[in-house]
Amino acid sequence: MQVHKYDTVIVGAGGAGMRAAIESTKRSRTAVLTKLYPTRSHTGAAQGGMAAALANVEEDNWEWHTFDTVKGGDYLVDQDAAEILAKEAIDAVLDLEKMGLPFNRTPEGRIDQRRFGGHTRDHGKAAVRRSCYAADRTGHMILQTLYQNCVKEGVEFFNEFYVLDLLLAEVDGVKRTAGVVAYELATGEIHVFQAKAVIFASGGNGKFFKVTSNAHTLTGDGQAAAFRRGLPLEDMEFFQFHPTGIWRMGILLTEGARGEGGILRNKDGERFMEKYAPVMKDLASRDVVSRAIYTEIREGRGCGLDGDHVYLDLTHLPPEQLDAKLPDITEFARTYLGIEPYTDPIPIQPTAHYAMGGIPTNVQGEVLLDNDTVVPGLYAAGEVACVSVHGANRLGTNSLLDINVFGRRAGIAAAEYAATADYVELPENPAEQVVEQLERIRNGNGSERVSDIRSELQQSMDTNSMVYRTEATLKQAVEDIAALKERYKHISVMDKGKRFNTDLLEAVELGNLLDLAEVTAVSGLARKESRGGHFREDYPTRDDVNFMQHTMAYREVDADGNTSIRLDYKPVVVTRYQPMERKY
Amino acid sequence: MSTPTIEDAAPQGGNPHSAGLDAAESGKVELVTITVRIRRFNPEEHPDAVWVDYQLTVDPKIRVLDAINTIKWEQDGTLTYRRSCAHGVCGSDAMRINGKNRLACKTLIKDVNPEKPITIEPIKGLTVLKDLVVDMDPFFQAYRDVMPFLITTGNEPTRERIQSEGDVQRFEDTTKCILCAACTTSCPVFWNDGQYFGPAAIVNAHRFIFDSRDEGAEQRLEILNDREGVWRCRTTFNCTDACPRGIEVTKAIQEVKRALVTRRF
Repeated sequence: MQVHKYDTVIVGAGGAGMRAAIESTKRSRTAVLTKLYPTRSHTGAAQGGMAAALANVEEDNWEWHTFDTVKGGDYLVDQDAAEILAKEAIDAVLDLEKMGLPFNRTPEGRIDQRRFGGHTRDHGKAAVRRSCYAADRTGHMILQTLYQNCVKEGVEFFNEFYVLDLLLAEVDGVKRTAGVVAYELATGEIHVFQAKAVIFASGGNGKFFKVTSNAHTLTGDGQAAAFRRGLPLEDMEFFQFHPTGIWRMGILLTEGARGEGGILRNKDGERFMEKYAPVMKDLASRDVVSRAIYTEIREGRGCGLDGDHVYLDLTHLPPEQLDAKLPDITEFARTYLGIEPYTDPIPIQPTAHYAMGGIPTNVQGEVLLDNDTVVPGLYAAGEVACVSVHGANRLGTNSLLDINVFGRRAGIAAAEYAATADYVELPENPAEQVVEQLERIRNGNGSERVSDIRSELQQSMDTNSMVYRTEATLKQAVEDIAALKERYKHISVMDKGKRFNTDLLEAVELGNLLDLAEVTAVSGLARKESRGGHFREDYPTRDDVNFMQHTMAYREVDADGNTSIRLDYKPVVVTRYQPMERKY
Repeated sequence: MSTPTIEDAAPQGGNPHSAGLDAAESGKVELVTITVRIRRFNPEEHPDAVWVDYQLTVDPKIRVLDAINTIKWEQDGTLTYRRSCAHGVCGSDAMRINGKNRLACKTLIKDVNPEKPITIEPIKGLTVLKDLVVDMDPFFQAYRDVMPFLITTGNEPTRERIQSEGDVQRFEDTTKCILCAACTTSCPVFWNDGQYFGPAAIVNAHRFIFDSRDEGAEQRLEILNDREGVWRCRTTFNCTDACPRGIEVTKAIQEVKRALVTRRF
C-alpha cells in the first residue's frame, strides 16, 4: 500500500474534473485520479452544444435561460442555482473559446448558436438560438480543450486509478474529509490519498439500463462510494431518457439534429410532435418528446415490423448542411445501421441518457450530509452531483454548461478551503474496507456470473423503470434488484491476478450499479406524482402540494448489518418563478 | 400525406424507404459462427504471447467489441482490453484487426470477413502490458511534447476572439483527433524508432499551428524540425488509412513540412 498526500484530490477527469483541476492546480497541490485516460471520458460523447445567452445571433438574455431551465426541470430546480448557471454560462463559453475551443462561427466570425430543446425566447414564445457548438462534437472539443489546458497548467494525473472509497473522519463531532482509497489498475496496488479537499467528478450511472447512450464505464462509482459512507443521494428517481437513440443500440443522435430542422415521424409519416407540443414541436423538452414517442408506439403508430421505434427524418435537409453541422451522427447511422441519412429516415427510440440526481451539493459545490449541513472538504460537480440545476428534467446543452460552471466553482472552492484547512488524520487501516471488498470478490467461488446479473439488472430497469412507470413496475424493479443483490454475494471472477484485472473491476462496478438502481427504484416508488423524467401512469399529474421537494435517500445499517434505504425530503429553493402548468 | 394500406409490410406512410432501411429495420438475424483469434499475453502467467481461438455464434451486424465482450463475459473473464464509449468517440479500443488498425467498436463483424478466423492483436510499437492493453505513456508524452494548447500573448479580449469560418476550416480536420493511437501505431517508421513523434503528435501540432488565434507555431515547428520530427515521415499513408475519424493525417504532416520550409502558416 502506498500513501500520498495532496492538498486537493479530484476524482474523475471528464469535463467537470478537468475544469476543476485547471482552477485548483493554480491554487493548491492537486492530484487527479481517473479510472480512464482523461480523453476517454464520456464528456467527449456529448454532441449538440453548450447553452449560453450570448445573443450572438438573436436577442437573448440569462433571465430567459434561467426560466427555461426551471420550467424544463418541471419546477424541481433550485432557482438560485439555475440563476448562477445561466448567468455564468456566458463567461464559461468565452473562457473555453479563449482556451482554444474551435466553435462554429457566424459570418462575422463570432461564436455561432443554434436552437435546442426547451430553450426559448421570452418565456416560451418561440425557440431561441442559444446553443454554442462545434458541429455535432461539442463535447469532444470541450474534453480536448480542457485536457490541452491541463497539459498547459501541468495538472498531475494518476491515470487508470480507480477510486473505491471515500475516507471521512469525525473531528470534534464533525464529519470531515480525510481522503480517498484508490486501486491502481496496472499493478493491483492499493493507494491511499490523504487530502484536505476531495472533489468527486466521476460522472453518471446510466449503465444500469440496457438501452443507453452511456459508456461501459458509467457505473456511478462516486455516488456509490459516498452513499456507502452514509451520505445522501438526491433525486435519483429522475433519470433522463433522450428521445433519439439509435434503435436498439441506444447510441446518441443529438437533439441538434432537430435544432437544425430534423423532424420526428411515425409510421404514417406524420410529424406527431405537433400534437403534443404545438409551439416547440420537435424541440419540446426531452421528457415530453420521449413520452410522445412511446405514446405513438403504444398506440400502434410505431415503425418497423414490431412497431417499436419512430423515425428521425433529416432527408429534407441539404446534404451540405448535414456534412457541416451533423457529420458524426450521420456517420453513426451509416456505420451502425447501414443506412444513408441523406435519403433514409433514421430508426430511433428513447435511450437512457443522464442522471439528474446525485450527490447533493450547494452552489459552491460543497457536499451536504443532510438538508443543509456541509461536509468540510468534500465537493462534487458534474453528473455525479445534484446542485440541483436540472430538477426533474435537464435541458439539452445544460450539462456541458453545468460541468464548466460548477466544475470551475468546485475547483476554486476546494483549493481555497485546502489553503487554510489542516489535514484530517487518516483512520487506522484506511484501506481496510477496500482490501476486504476486493479480496472477497477475488476469492469468491460462487456460481454466479457478473455479466448475467448485470444484464438481468439492465433488463429489469428497462422494463420497469423507464419512461413509463407504475407502482407495480417499480415494485417489480425493487424485488428484482433485491434478488440480484442476493445473487451478487455469490459471484466469482475468473481473473485472480493483480495486473490489469478488469474482470475484478467489472464485478466492483456491478455492485455500485445494484446499489444505485435500488435507490432509483425506491425513490421512484415513493414519489406518487409525475414530474419531468419521472412519469407515473398511476399518478399522471404533478403534485406540488406533496411533492415539490427533493428526495434525499440515505443508506441505513441496522445492528445486524442489514441495510435499507431511508427517504427524506428537502424543500426546493424558489426565488422568482412560481410553478405553472408546463406546456411547450 | 399518403395513407398506408399494407399492414404486413414494412411501414411506408409518408416515409421514404430504401432497401438499406428495410434491411436495417427487418430485425432479421442470421447468426453466424465465427472464430476470433486473439493474441493473448499475461506476464504474470507466462513470458510469451500466444494465439488463442474462441468460437462464438453471433449476429454479424454486431461490433467486434461486442464479440470481444461476449468472449470476456461468457468464456474467459481474464481477457483484457480497454473500452469505454463503444461508438468510436473515446479512442480506448484501437487494436489490430486482421492486420489493420481499427477501433473495435466501429468495426462490424460482417466487414472483417467472418468466414475466416478474425485475428485481433494489440496495436504495434508500444509495449504490451497484458493481452490487448499497451503502455500508452510514450504516446501521450509525444503529444505533450508538441505543446498541444493555444499559445497567445497580450491581453485577453473581453469577448471571444474573432475567427472566420474559413480560418476554422484550415485546421478543422485535425481537431477531430481522439488520441486513439491507431495512426501512430500503424506507422512503419514508429515501429522501428519509438522516439519518432509519430503521426498523432504531428496532427495535434497541426491543429494549433494553423489556428489563426495561436502564436506558438514557430516553437512547435522547431520541435518538429528535430531529428525525430516530421522529416522522418515517409508518406506511406498507413496513418491516413488507419484513422477512424477520417482525418487526412498524411496531408496534415505534409502541411507541417511545407510550413517548416516556407515559414508560412
